[in-house]
Amino acid sequence: METLKKYMLKLLVPGMVLAAGVPVLGQGLTYHLGSPATAEEIRPLDIAIGPAGKELPPGHGTAQEGAKVYAAKCAVCHGATGTETLFHTRPLVGGKDERDVSNYWHATSIWNVINHSMPLNAQRVRTETLSADEVYALTAFLLYRNGIIQESDVIDAKTLPKVQMPSRK
Amino acid sequence: MKTQEHGRRRFLKEGATLAGMALGVGAVRSASGQTPQSEISAEEILAYGKRSRFVGSARVPAPGLPRVWLNPLQDSAGIITPSGLFFVNTHFDIPDIDPRRHRLLIHGMVERPLFFSVAELKRLPFVSRIHFVDCVTNGSDRRDVSKTVQHSHGRFGCSEWTGVPLSLLLKETGLQQGARWVVAESADSGQWQRCIPLEKALDDCMVAYGQNGEPLRPEQGFPLRFLVPGWEGNINLKWLKRIKVVDVPYLEMPPKQPVSGHWEFEQQVASVITVPSGGQRLAGRGFFEITGLAWSGAGAVRRVEISTDGGRNWKDAQLQNPVLPKAATRFLFPWNWGGEAALLQSRATDDAGNVQPTLAALSQTRGVSLDHWRSHNLPTHTGAVQSWEVTRDGNVEKIYA
Repeated sequence: METLKKYMLKLLVPGMVLAAGVPVLGQGLTYHLGSPATAEEIRPLDIAIGPAGKELPPGHGTAQEGAKVYAAKCAVCHGATGTETLFHTRPLVGGKDERDVSNYWHATSIWNVINHSMPLNAQRVRTETLSADEVYALTAFLLYRNGIIQESDVIDAKTLPKVQMPSRK
Repeated sequence: MKTQEHGRRRFLKEGATLAGMALGVGAVRSASGQTPQSEISAEEILAYGKRSRFVGSARVPAPGLPRVWLNPLQDSAGIITPSGLFFVNTHFDIPDIDPRRHRLLIHGMVERPLFFSVAELKRLPFVSRIHFVDCVTNGSDRRDVSKTVQHSHGRFGCSEWTGVPLSLLLKETGLQQGARWVVAESADSGQWQRCIPLEKALDDCMVAYGQNGEPLRPEQGFPLRFLVPGWEGNINLKWLKRIKVVDVPYLEMPPKQPVSGHWEFEQQVASVITVPSGGQRLAGRGFFEITGLAWSGAGAVRRVEISTDGGRNWKDAQLQNPVLPKAATRFLFPWNWGGEAALLQSRATDDAGNVQPTLAALSQTRGVSLDHWRSHNLPTHTGAVQSWEVTRDGNVEKIYA
């Protein structure tokens, strides 16, 4: 079985040409199909947040603020305390599975998933999106409830990537 | 134009006559005691075929999971899962995407960020390959509520996929030095992101637009899906809209850490007997062809062994061609049932040498009793052997062995 470690090793060992400044693959267009994407076109679509958090938008929130947003917009599916598994969701708080929130590798992943997928209404349809402040507050709330940060810690674009997740310590 | 319309009308008329003949046969059968319940519309059937009304095989929701619809493997023939029966596990809406408006963006650590329309993708060189998509939880549900092979292994399907190799698209955009990982993103309201190493992306991944010779169905990702052969089903994102090349893993969820201690994305070797299987009943003593499916994310299936006595004796099943890497492989095993109680099991080995563990061996490794699985799901990436008991009266039931 291939392992992640093995893949990472293989990628470090040059199976491909990795000379400085030279693209790894391909020197030019072969088929001349597709249209160039400008930075302005890409920006609104580029929502994935990496572990370094460089894509995070301005905004901030604390666990206290997040508790209010959670009660209003999340508890309907995730339960009052986040430990519940209503609607067959994974527990947001205290989960033991490798893939539960408490075992994410990066705190930025919590922000990312809330931002691009949540919330759903009771019919599991997404009819609204959250503001950046709300996402920061909810992220802080989940980190606090999982015992990773303090209740008063302010989470923003600078502090979030620095949060040490227990699975990566 | 008039001539064409005339021709079309004439075609439909002749079609109706042909259908009338078919119905006529039905009428004869009616005379022998069967009553047709509905008239078959010739136009509908000839324009796009439908199943006989006597065929009812369908997806069913997983026990307690209304958003997971399972492939009826007990009815499957060959290795191809029809698009309409391919499993569906979706957490959000099924988007209704107009392919004329849909674009795939490839950007990040590339030389030339590009948008590709669906029409442009279809102009490019393409490949058609047969691969399975296997949910990371497939085979894990052995709980008491999970009684059939559809329940236990229905998060699985195997189709012929047609699309553009991702390596070709990344050659068009070029890659910058330091590019190591690829993030893919879906266009449903979940906007799922999955991240894979660049090496896998350049190996055999594809941006697929075809399934089983026709466009993807909406619930399978129309108009575009990401195909990542052999890896966890959830990575094979549907409604693909964006691919971003990055330097480090942008993992939403960490990869699973199985018993071996390694992180991995690859689906393990697995097999299951689909006939006879849980909930079925043997019509009487005599000949039955035991059959089922085997697969492995690591490559091709090399061997499938069958036991009819609960693992005391194993004999090789015949593997039916084609035997393809990262694809379902059909196995056959002739069996004469003499009316005795029997315990049917299949055990697959792939060409990397991986062998399916028995449930008993897995339980021992995990330090739990067999009864533990009555109420718990198996850990993923284990692919344990499934056991079907045949009782003396011919009933086939799932058991823990």
